[in-house]
Amino acid sequence: MTPAAHAVRRPLLTPPVPASPFPYHPGSLLSITDLTVEDVSRLLARATELESEDPLLRDRVLAKRRIALLFYESSTRTRTSFELAAKALGADTTLISSLSSSIEKGESLKDTGLTLRALGAEAIILRHNSSGAPWLLEEATRLPVINAGDGMHQHPTQALLDLRTILAHLRRGIAEVGPESLTGVTITIVGDILHSRVARSNMLLLPRLGARVLLCGPKELLTRQAAAAGPGIAIERDFDSALRQSQIVMMLRIQAERLSGLQLDLDEYKAAYQLTGQRLAAHAPTAVVLHPGPIIRGLEITAGVADGPQSAILEQVTNGVAIRMAVVERALLAEAQRGPA
Amino acid sequence: MTAIAILNGRLIDPAAGVDAAKDILFKDGRVAEIAGPDKLKNKNGAEILDASGLVIAPGLIDIHVHLREPGQGYKETIATGTAAAAAGGFTAVAAMPNTIPVNDSPEITRWMQSPERGASVRVFPIAAATRGSKGDALTDFAALKAAGAVAVTDDGKPILKDSVMRETLAAAARAGLTVIQHAEDTRLTQGASMNLGPVSFKLGLRGMPAEAESSLVERDIRLVAELRDAHPHLHVAHTSTAGALAAIRQARRNGLRVTCEVAPHHFLLTEEHVGFYNTHAKMNPPLRSPADRDAMIEGILDGVVDAIATDHAPHAMHEKEIEFENAPNGIIGLETSLGLCLRWLNNQWRMPLGRVLSLLSAQPAALLGLKGRGTLAVGSFADAVVFDPKAEWTYRATESLSKAKNTPFDGWTMQGKVRWTISEGRIAYAA
Repeated sequence: MTPAAHAVRRPLLTPPVPASPFPYHPGSLLSITDLTVEDVSRLLARATELESEDPLLRDRVLAKRRIALLFYESSTRTRTSFELAAKALGADTTLISSLSSSIEKGESLKDTGLTLRALGAEAIILRHNSSGAPWLLEEATRLPVINAGDGMHQHPTQALLDLRTILAHLRRGIAEVGPESLTGVTITIVGDILHSRVARSNMLLLPRLGARVLLCGPKELLTRQAAAAGPGIAIERDFDSALRQSQIVMMLRIQAERLSGLQLDLDEYKAAYQLTGQRLAAHAPTAVVLHPGPIIRGLEITAGVADGPQSAILEQVTNGVAIRMAVVERALLAEAQRGPA
Repeated sequence: MTAIAILNGRLIDPAAGVDAAKDILFKDGRVAEIAGPDKLKNKNGAEILDASGLVIAPGLIDIHVHLREPGQGYKETIATGTAAAAAGGFTAVAAMPNTIPVNDSPEITRWMQSPERGASVRVFPIAAATRGSKGDALTDFAALKAAGAVAVTDDGKPILKDSVMRETLAAAARAGLTVIQHAEDTRLTQGASMNLGPVSFKLGLRGMPAEAESSLVERDIRLVAELRDAHPHLHVAHTSTAGALAAIRQARRNGLRVTCEVAPHHFLLTEEHVGFYNTHAKMNPPLRSPADRDAMIEGILDGVVDAIATDHAPHAMHEKEIEFENAPNGIIGLETSLGLCLRWLNNQWRMPLGRVLSLLSAQPAALLGLKGRGTLAVGSFADAVVFDPKAEWTYRATESLSKAKNTPFDGWTMQGKVRWTISEGRIAYAA
């Protein structure tokens, strides 16, 4: 019998679904959905302004402000670019990683956050292996918290830097967006969607600017629930067909550390979903290739494509610093600009 | 023992078919006399409770609670858990065996019922079905029953092996005990912390499919059917999915003794209430889809559901203030069950008051064979709740008598304020 067979026949009033449980700090960036299109546009504009500003003047924006980078997972790109971004604005940064701190001794996230606050941290940039950890940290500390990747959930600054990269390549202006900036653009995200916070962040951002997002991958890594995450998202299992429709192709790594017992035949996977030079030439000869990294050459993407003329992978990395300058600035100046929440 | 006379109230005793203005006299822990207003013959010397404007009903019975003793007194003790029960109008609770050590012996079963535990209301232990709840060797059902156990279960660690479950059902039938199953095929729920669906995808949390529950219920019902001649009684704990409820409905039509309970959170909340990783909305089974929630309401209203049970699962504050996927499952529920049932089942969805009270007393008593409970007929235990059915109030978790405060219902409007809870002739709670 289907669930619908026993659905209540007359409409019954049921308890309302809760709204946001507490007012966030206006400088926090926990989820890409916290940002309106206007907020996104403002961040893009500031990223461009800050990028071109005289480093000696830029140095005063957050002079001597204290920012903690709290990293429970290893990271190259995200950690370094946040650090460089904060330092470029004159802030003092300190890095706490799970392997060289009291976290190893069993200190909770709440206590770690309160300790950092007591040490004078004015904002915390958090990378964590558990989805939702930034909410816990924000609730405990009430400091501006920037989500630098939480479990399988989100990585909002990655979506923003991907957007900046996409805009640059489509020559649509990188300093301003509106609800129709990406109208007519199809972006395919390929691979391990299930475990990817990058995929979730992008699929919840890009359609709000008019883009169509196609998700492509095997059933084990792309469940049908994904298409219901928001408007403008569809599933296309056939990689070649997705490529033919796309101006942008975003490749993802298989997250071996999150597979939790799932067995995948890698040869089969490569045959169906590896982005090769041949495939790209045949189906998407002008598409821009993105990858949030880390890249596993020879698995989801060949070296030739990663290093090839259609690849914008290193531009993404560069854009990360500009975007993160704007996000870090917002974290510490948002309250002053907007007044008390 | 002193006598108590409750005067001027409206007596609702669904099991006896009574709903009328009656005075009632308790003496020596039993119901001694029931009479029309001002007609009690033997109330001289009795303590008088004035129940004007109040309902007098059989004490509520929760057949699914975790009292955490022995072993985890920092979460809850039998004393604090039963104090919360009394405040919620309950006069009897059935305590699950996932204690430390697991209650798989007559010694622990007796220990839990000892007066030294300081219980405010009657505690009926439910013993483990297998040693250590490991799912292999059966415990001694006859000895456990003699020690006071009212059912067997490996709650939280479902019995997956067909052969062991078959043996459990057969042995329990011989001993005259109910088998309670927490229906979850744990092979389908590894690492999962909420219901599988669009919300779990969006939150980046691993999900438990509804089939993990319904498939095990279907398997258990198949085994009950195979053992039909032995008349086993299967009780499905905290039913949460439309599929499981449909299977139970069909089993009943086929004449099998299969019963079920639903928790208030499963007929009120959905996966959407997980909100932004609220660990007070994390329990097992998880909050399900709106269609599943609607099926629970439908099942309660149409009678396939036999009891409301809270799955009261206290945890210390620090245990819930962590990452959602690492937080323990469970919420407290003893002080909110009546208030939520009256507000939603009775007031909002128009279920008659007598039927709501029956789901909270007469039916759970019958289900576990608790003789002399769940009714206020003369001669039965003097277990009663006296409450104001009209009073609205706001629940504050900080004021809970439980040691734990983990509830998604903090700040919710409740209906029906408990004035007195009387357990075996003693006032166990007075507002």
